[in-house]
Amino acid sequence: MENSKNLEVFQAKIDAEIKIEPKDWMPDEYRQHLIRQMSQHAHSEVIGMQPEGNWITRSPSLRARKILMAKVQDEGGHGLYLYCATETLGVTREQLIQWLHEGKAKYASVFNYPSPTWADMGAIGWLVDGAAIVNQVSLQRTSYGPYSRAMVRICKEESFHQRQGYEIMATLMEGTAEQKKMAQEAFERWWWPSLMMFGPHDGDSPRSSNAMKWKIKRETNDDLRQQFIDKTIPQAELIGLKIPDANYKLLENGSYETSDIDWDEFWNVIKGNGPCNTQRIKQHAAAHDNGQWVREAAIAYNEKKEQQLKSA
Amino acid sequence: MSTDNQGPIWEVFVQSKPGKPYKHVGSLHAYDKEMAIENARDLYTRRNEGTGIWLVKAEEIVSVKSGDEESYFEPADDKIYRHPTFYNMPEGSKHI
Ligand SMILES: [Fe+2]
Ligand SMILES: [Fe+2]
Repeated sequence: MENSKNLEVFQAKIDAEIKIEPKDWMPDEYRQHLIRQMSQHAHSEVIGMQPEGNWITRSPSLRARKILMAKVQDEGGHGLYLYCATETLGVTREQLIQWLHEGKAKYASVFNYPSPTWADMGAIGWLVDGAAIVNQVSLQRTSYGPYSRAMVRICKEESFHQRQGYEIMATLMEGTAEQKKMAQEAFERWWWPSLMMFGPHDGDSPRSSNAMKWKIKRETNDDLRQQFIDKTIPQAELIGLKIPDANYKLLENGSYETSDIDWDEFWNVIKGNGPCNTQRIKQHAAAHDNGQWVREAAIAYNEKKEQQLKSA
Repeated sequence: MSTDNQGPIWEVFVQSKPGKPYKHVGSLHAYDKEMAIENARDLYTRRNEGTGIWLVKAEEIVSVKSGDEESYFEPADDKIYRHPTFYNMPEGSKHI
């Protein structure tokens, strides 16, 4: 009885585009969906620091190194905004990290691919951040207030990420034959994984329906993917990159038709069999464990200062 | 307090320019005031977003919950005479 009245008020707010705030009543399924999606998003930001962090000490110039460091630092910040937003749903940071280490929480599969060359820094910034931006711009309108506000902040910071990546690709494409080849190969490595970032076709995505009704999601996976494809193909062609898809073509409406994604590869990487799944979690867990003494010291320091205050 | 946690949650308010009100921007974890300020600077003002930061432990905040809205805010509804548009001004009057 009580619940159905609450549900009515909740849905009425959603329909009227009024954001749901942490202390508002919400269906448990809405809360659980958000905890899963937002923590996965937070983990993606943080795990995503690894393939790029890999190149900070090997950047080709001081300019490139400063840019890459600022970018990777932003991603850490994005993770923190999102963890805090997730915590407003009544789950602790410790719990979220534990679920990540236990494999109960996921992160974007795209970060399970390796970054063997400098050109991968270009391809990641341009394509992976580019795809993330399309998704995140849409999520600025999500119905949960803290998530929406975190998205607005993140989107402001993202555009430099994509531009610095495209600049790296464009520079390489003006270079030697070897540099062009490096850029083309990186493009080929990241093109399909970045299209996979939008998730399965909507018909194959079990949780889509309530997510749309509750406006957690505002646009379908396939619509978002198409927006990304239509923006990115002309950018690739402009700098002379060849699309690794024999069947792509420009349609009359200005949109592009492309081949279907290799969904077996997609599900395989999600299941944990991508090239770097094990390494990514191992490195995260090691960093967390190595930081334990810092947390302990900080707690002890604070306790000591509070003692001093009391006895003063 | 367990020895492996991230410290309490602090709410962060940033003033975008001198003279502007402080606006809530998000939250963070820190073990003490000093660390809260350093973390807030690194997390919320990497691009000159502010000229001032306020921090307060989340547990110290008192607030009115959404469910209480009616009893708290409704009494203002029937006091429209608190708004300047309630009053009839004579035709042709200026600067008022
Ligand atoms: Fe990000
Ligand atoms: Fe980014």
